[in-house]
Amino acid sequence: MTSNRRQFIKGGVAAFTVSFAAPAFLSDIARAQGARARNLVVLYLSGGNDALSMVVPYGNAGYYQRRPTIAVPAGSVLQVGTDAGGTTVGLHPRLTGLKQVFDAGRLALVQRSGYPNSSRSHFLGTDIWSTADPANPSGPGWLGRYLELLPQPLDPLTGWNTVRETPRTLLSRFVGVPAIPDPRTYAFSSPNTGNEALYARQAATRIASHVPVDRPHLSFVSGTARAAFDTLDRVASVAQYVPTVTYPNTGLGSALRAVAGSMVRGIGTRVFWVQTGGFDTHASQNPNQENGAYYRLMATMDDALLAFYTDMRNQGLLNDTLVLQFSEFGRRVYENGSQGTDHGSASSMMLLGGGVNGGLYGTAPDLRDTPGNPTLESSNGDVRYQTDFRSVYARVLDNWLGANSQAVLDGDFRNPGLTFL
Amino acid sequence: MARKDDRIEHLLRRAGFGGSPDEVAELAQIGYHAAVDLLVFYEQAPDDVDARIGVPGHAGVTTRGQFSPDTSITDARQRWLFRMVHSRRPLQEKMALFWHHHFATAYQKIADTYGGPIATRMLSATDAYNGTRSSPPGQIEQFRHGALGSFYDLLVGVARDPAMLVWLDGRLNVRGTPQENFAREVMELFTMGIRPSDTAPNNYTEDDVKAAARVFTGWNLNVGARGLNNVNDPVVGYNYLYRPERHDTASKTFSFDIYPGGGRTITSSGEQEGLDFLLACCRHPQTGPRLARKLYGFFVSELQPAPASFVERIANTFYSTNFDMRRVVLQVLLSQEFQDESNYYTRYAWPVEFVVKSIKETGWAGLSVDSALTPMLAMGQTLFEPPDVNGWETGPGWFSTGGMLARMNFAATLTQNQRFNLREAARPSKGSPESVLSHTLERLSPMPFDSPPYNELLGYLRAGTNWTGSDAELLAKAAGVAHLVLASPQYQFV
Repeated sequence: MTSNRRQFIKGGVAAFTVSFAAPAFLSDIARAQGARARNLVVLYLSGGNDALSMVVPYGNAGYYQRRPTIAVPAGSVLQVGTDAGGTTVGLHPRLTGLKQVFDAGRLALVQRSGYPNSSRSHFLGTDIWSTADPANPSGPGWLGRYLELLPQPLDPLTGWNTVRETPRTLLSRFVGVPAIPDPRTYAFSSPNTGNEALYARQAATRIASHVPVDRPHLSFVSGTARAAFDTLDRVASVAQYVPTVTYPNTGLGSALRAVAGSMVRGIGTRVFWVQTGGFDTHASQNPNQENGAYYRLMATMDDALLAFYTDMRNQGLLNDTLVLQFSEFGRRVYENGSQGTDHGSASSMMLLGGGVNGGLYGTAPDLRDTPGNPTLESSNGDVRYQTDFRSVYARVLDNWLGANSQAVLDGDFRNPGLTFL
Repeated sequence: MARKDDRIEHLLRRAGFGGSPDEVAELAQIGYHAAVDLLVFYEQAPDDVDARIGVPGHAGVTTRGQFSPDTSITDARQRWLFRMVHSRRPLQEKMALFWHHHFATAYQKIADTYGGPIATRMLSATDAYNGTRSSPPGQIEQFRHGALGSFYDLLVGVARDPAMLVWLDGRLNVRGTPQENFAREVMELFTMGIRPSDTAPNNYTEDDVKAAARVFTGWNLNVGARGLNNVNDPVVGYNYLYRPERHDTASKTFSFDIYPGGGRTITSSGEQEGLDFLLACCRHPQTGPRLARKLYGFFVSELQPAPASFVERIANTFYSTNFDMRRVVLQVLLSQEFQDESNYYTRYAWPVEFVVKSIKETGWAGLSVDSALTPMLAMGQTLFEPPDVNGWETGPGWFSTGGMLARMNFAATLTQNQRFNLREAARPSKGSPESVLSHTLERLSPMPFDSPPYNELLGYLRAGTNWTGSDAELLAKAAGVAHLVLASPQYQFV
């Protein structure tokens, strides 16, 4: 898919001038909008999350039949109740923070979310979840399209990507989203000091502001440099943010700390992207021991999310906060010979925040290898989707971001049963 | 020292990592075709670069105890950067980078499994440092050795490469419980690809993935030697071993041809099945075009898709020469498309290209390549740590605001470090801001500046001073203007 992706970006660069930079006064507008803006934080678990180990259908006998060595024992799960299909469900035992959020009614779990003919490829799968368009997964991302539909020109910090590459979800034909992995190192240095350093920054800023109309690739890079200069000072103010809790010293922890800082400072950002990796657990998945691979993945996610949730609550910003979690696919129902799981299809999504109606949405799969099992597919090897992930996006767009999901998603994916927002 | 051969410079930027002023002058003397010949048939040039590490007159490395690129990943990264700066066989290093991106394998997962020293050896063990002992040469040595060899040989080597056997879990692929990880990626990423475009049908099916996984059952790892039986024991070595008792002997049928003439069921047995399958992947009608498109993006231009005629010519050579990459790359470098001036500076520089080219053009006396490692992380490229098996997101994908700042800030570090050398080099041109700028642009060879940004550079040289060319002024301004050029959008293209 790489070539297609490049072609899109190239086509995008050639066809449009990416308007990273907006006039400086927009910063003031953003500030005037203040801290009350609603924020969407998209959390991507990269590698294909084994959702059956995260939201465990421990009441289903098939779960233990098909995962003889890597199932989470019923006695260890953090029970969250019985879903509409009558299956008892529990969170992974390390998700003690998320259990608190669930008990507070602020965590929604959407079981068996996916789409028809799910791709088992990391790259195609990620592109499909990012574009919300299985038929044309090389296009702009669903949040890129959301940004395009906002009144232009946008303030350059309307989106904030905490990783180094721009994820396809935020890719747009003409709106650039800055990549700010760590506000503390987001600065401009010079070989000289004093006035010489000042002249250097002024000259570099002006060089980046020249737009060569005949060379769109050069103007794309210039636009990126210009966006960096336009955002430096406001991001520096976020770097000084002192949180009300201690964030874990992980990539995800630092990213969410920056998100919190941006929200508290009222920068005006609407959409954040955070991610954490390592979910491609083909081997030695080991969800049950403290040093096990999947256990550690859950620890990384839980510690960072709990810190963020608590910080937002302490800051009085919980009602403006929504975290939406996804992964490119779920994993195979049965374990492989290496105590891991291969690529599968449907999985679970999570939504967390002050405006969330918590609880269990959708029903767990019946994992027994029985003929005609309607909850499984590919010879009962994979979980069949029940809730189209695009209907989750639609709810977020319509009921949280105040957008028109049909315009953004180019289709009507609204599902009145999804009342989590 | 004026640079006068644009085509040679273009060649060095693409088939190498740019040229120091001396290197450009040397190749300009022998002419374009001889220069291509020297780069492609690189055995003509001495293979002495490792021996020059630590020798005065070169960039430095930073040692923490003994310099150990076979057991310390930091040292392996330093060694590779040093080689890119100083190798007399730049295309060999460039192709090693291409293959590292194509067969992307990341250190961290291997280190999580076997510990850092063994993971480093799996990636970069070499006779140049302590010997390979009980393990085969590291993966990057395979890529160097086969840089312009047969693609089929390279693919077979990769399928048996210890680092790859850990990275894509082939070590765990056994009869009864096959592992699909390598089987999927060998088709999706290493050879034919999922499909040539969104509207085309898929090249393979999910059943093909399952069958291919069974083909490679028994292609596992073996402990070559046991030392203290500790993961950090450098004596322990792993090598590839085919284990017939773990091979699934049942029949395997595919949706595409395995044999010329149309056989789709594997007719051989045992380990040969895997070789038949890999050969079929090389022969697959989408593999040649896919590689041709990738080579076009790497060598020729990222601004437009490869023209159909280019893809057809390169793919034909790929098939007709039995996948001989030397003939393929030679044809790319001699093509009209490559030499076309409108394709100069149409490749977004990878972070490693930006770093190495800026060192080669700015200077390295007193610089350690170690100083580039942390900035490269911030630019989005750590050698031996691609983000996933698909390699890096290249092209515009490199250019986020954070990544751009990291480039500008490395340029600041480099020019600060080189400021005395930059002043000495600029001294003959100290007469006026114009002459200093002209000297700087010749030395650094960025994409040509239009007059508005050119005037900004001049404005910087004039700012705060009535130009005298004094030592203090030249010290600040020569480094300052070099920083601005290296930090400019124009410099981010090769």
